[in-house]
Amino acid sequence: MNRLARIGKFARLRVWVAFLLLAGALFSRPAMAVDIQRVVSPGGIEAWLVEQHTIPLIAMNFAFRGGTRLDPKGKEGLGNLLSGLLDEGAGELDAAAFQERLEAHAIQLGFSINRDSFRGSLETLSEHRAEAFSLLRLALTEPRLDPQPIERIRAQILAGLALEAENPNQIASKAFFATAFPDHPYGRPLHGRPDTVAELTVADLRGLQAAQFTTDKLLIGVVGDITANELATQLDAIFGDLPAHAETAPATSAAPDFTTGQTALIARDIPQTVMMFGLPGLLRKDPDFIPAYVMNYILGGGGFNSRLTEEIRAKRGLAYSVYSYLVPFEEAGLYLGGVATQNARAGETLDLIRVELERMRDEGVSTDELDNAKTYLIGSYPLRFDSNAKIAAQLLGIQLQELGIDYFDKRNDLIAAVTLADIRRVAERLLEPASLSLVAVGEPDGIPAPEDPPLP
Amino acid sequence: MVAGLIIFLSVQPVAARPWVEPQTFTLDNGLDVVVLPDHRVPVVTHMVWYKVGAADEPPGKSGIAHFLEHLMFKGTDEIAPGDFSKIVARLGGQDNAFTSQDYTAYFQRIALEKLPMVMAMEADRMANLRLSDAVVMPERDVVLEERSARTDNEPTALFSEQMRAAQYLAHPYGIPVIGWRHEIEKLTTEDALAHYRTHYGPDNAILVVAGDITAAELRPLAKQYYGPVAPRGIPARVRPQEPPQLAARRLEMRDARIRQPIWQRSYLAASYARPGQGDPPALEVLAEIVGGGSTSRLYRTLVVQQGLASQAGAGYQGDSMDLSNFILYALPRENVEIAQMEAALDAVLHDIQQNGITEAELARAKTQLVASAVYAQDSQQTMARIFGAGLAVGRDIAELVAWPDNIEAVTTGRVQAAARQLFEPARSVTGLILPASFAETAAAKAPAAPAANTSGKPAEETP
Repeated sequence: MNRLARIGKFARLRVWVAFLLLAGALFSRPAMAVDIQRVVSPGGIEAWLVEQHTIPLIAMNFAFRGGTRLDPKGKEGLGNLLSGLLDEGAGELDAAAFQERLEAHAIQLGFSINRDSFRGSLETLSEHRAEAFSLLRLALTEPRLDPQPIERIRAQILAGLALEAENPNQIASKAFFATAFPDHPYGRPLHGRPDTVAELTVADLRGLQAAQFTTDKLLIGVVGDITANELATQLDAIFGDLPAHAETAPATSAAPDFTTGQTALIARDIPQTVMMFGLPGLLRKDPDFIPAYVMNYILGGGGFNSRLTEEIRAKRGLAYSVYSYLVPFEEAGLYLGGVATQNARAGETLDLIRVELERMRDEGVSTDELDNAKTYLIGSYPLRFDSNAKIAAQLLGIQLQELGIDYFDKRNDLIAAVTLADIRRVAERLLEPASLSLVAVGEPDGIPAPEDPPLP
Repeated sequence: MVAGLIIFLSVQPVAARPWVEPQTFTLDNGLDVVVLPDHRVPVVTHMVWYKVGAADEPPGKSGIAHFLEHLMFKGTDEIAPGDFSKIVARLGGQDNAFTSQDYTAYFQRIALEKLPMVMAMEADRMANLRLSDAVVMPERDVVLEERSARTDNEPTALFSEQMRAAQYLAHPYGIPVIGWRHEIEKLTTEDALAHYRTHYGPDNAILVVAGDITAAELRPLAKQYYGPVAPRGIPARVRPQEPPQLAARRLEMRDARIRQPIWQRSYLAASYARPGQGDPPALEVLAEIVGGGSTSRLYRTLVVQQGLASQAGAGYQGDSMDLSNFILYALPRENVEIAQMEAALDAVLHDIQQNGITEAELARAKTQLVASAVYAQDSQQTMARIFGAGLAVGRDIAELVAWPDNIEAVTTGRVQAAARQLFEPARSVTGLILPASFAETAAAKAPAAPAANTSGKPAEETP
């Protein structure tokens, strides 16, 4: 008979809570420890590794800094096109042969791009790792960029842009970034525009390949059924042929100026108004980032437990989803949010969001709210480490954000140290209602149209 | 795709054994329990699956299964309205729920040491849900906004809804899980409670716990928390079944918001839970070969060789309780005659029916499918979903465990036979969504000749 069984049937919630403390004793297991090894190859390529031999799988996530910031003006969508072509033929293998090799070994290889980096993800059964690493090397160092796959992938991207053009969330997001960063690559569409995508050439692609795939921009996280010694050797085999740095440094853009306080209305015949709103945020290295992260959990980041969800969804049934989140790009911080509500109540919903921003700025949070936020953020941290794929993503994330190899161990202490005064300070710093920018897609009532709508 | 458990990929067949062996037991009140151990981190995924979904709703009450799912967070005698998720969060856990045609499931992801707490809470709301209009009515508005956001804002989503409605003449799978708007608008507190009282009980549920725990550790907890919940006496799941489809059905939808036309087709197809109507493992292999990726027949022919489509593929999910469907889709490239594209696609299907598939295609498809079961092992949630969903539709655990073996046993002959049975023009539903201004000549015309046609019957048009 164990301790739990003796406790008997619960009667009241507070009894459950007391009981919970006892329950901990039954399941005393060693605390979660993620053992990260810094692996440096003979050739000097570095990767962070967590060995995990229980499942015969290996996950590798890597990134080259750059991303769509390296798309030249007028050639928007170049990086995205390149990301679609690396697995469409490399070395001696044409597109069909390359894809057949991947599928015959059930290797999952994918590339993507965002505003700050060009990403790759490789997952393989460990028995097929030699083939997987060999195909990855070919994709990065010898992509063929044959004319037929270029035209095929271009057509897919154009079809994708046509589909995005009917999606209100995509419409809102593109308009928001175009308005916020009119003179910086952050303001340009990630996948380009139909006119720019149509004009991209193989010479453009070769130029970006040379500028983007250099080892000085490379960060790697690996999790799974591989030893540090073997990984060290493989790192040179995969990435060792890439140049250390680009011959000509890409033109650096000026630090972006977030144009604030704009309102854009985009008329669409849909039952809802889909809104995206935003304020200037914080860079990840800003000392206020962690307090801001905790504040945002309480305001709009905490799902069912946030103030925005309570006021807009639970109390009034105005929306299925309302949220806010911090976006720390490398060169700019943003504080963004979104909601979709019936057109007739769009103005009312927006007013409620403004009230909550002001209430947070003017009054901060209660001790209970802060304690609950910390309990969740600290207690749920292990949930980010329950699969190889998630751990690999975390390993890459902390490298991209330069948080240090000991960040997993420090992170919960940083959350625990946040005070009520910290929350007040970051709320006053971030939540300036006059700076709020808004894009509304739909037929909203109660949101006055700007005199000169800054449409993209 | 459906994924089961993997047989360890060993060179020595004698060494083959299930990669993970699910542990099971049943409580006296009828609650089935499945444990999927994964000891990598001290975290668990705790799920309760009810064997009731949208397809079990009374006529005229569409959306009630999903609406009740929302309302299950609105409190009991012990838990105040809206507090359920807040308490889970204070325990460092994450929770949510989802509804399908065949089941409704609730889950928490949480540190192992907090598991007893969420078991207590989940057992509590299995028996003691309390609802009032004050919390139910705003939540109905939330569901209406959810329907707008998921479906009504997007013509492609509305089109998918129309396709399903056209596919199922009698079976409730033709009704969307979230419900028709005019019916959601009229759902009441009493409707929700009636659904709850009829279907929610331990004898109609499956408890699945994946993660850092064993059956020996879970059993006393399950008995303690779920054991006292009285069985409901659950009615049999009797649903209207499809009559034979005798006429091809065609849909065309036009919408001013659409810029990219989409062509889609579906065929009724056997499910694992109703294997007498076809060969689900062969259908999974067939879907992979016809349209599973860029080496698939449709992609190679329509996208790579003929340049008629920018995307083309196929999908089949055999995990429903009743007849499933097998979907084909293609995005025509600009200035392509859609009828021509459809004829080329039908020719691909016809070729497989006549000439079968190659051994190399078969081997590649099997490798992909069987590996998906290894990849599934990396995620507690994926594992819990495979077993929860499988058991909720009436599959047995041995069949789920044997899934990779059943895929390995598929032959080229079985795939060809499945294609011959499946791609029957009279049993097809073909749909097009087009921009409002799309030129008539390129759009609604049926293909000039019914290319993939085993029966020789021309496709009929349904207005």
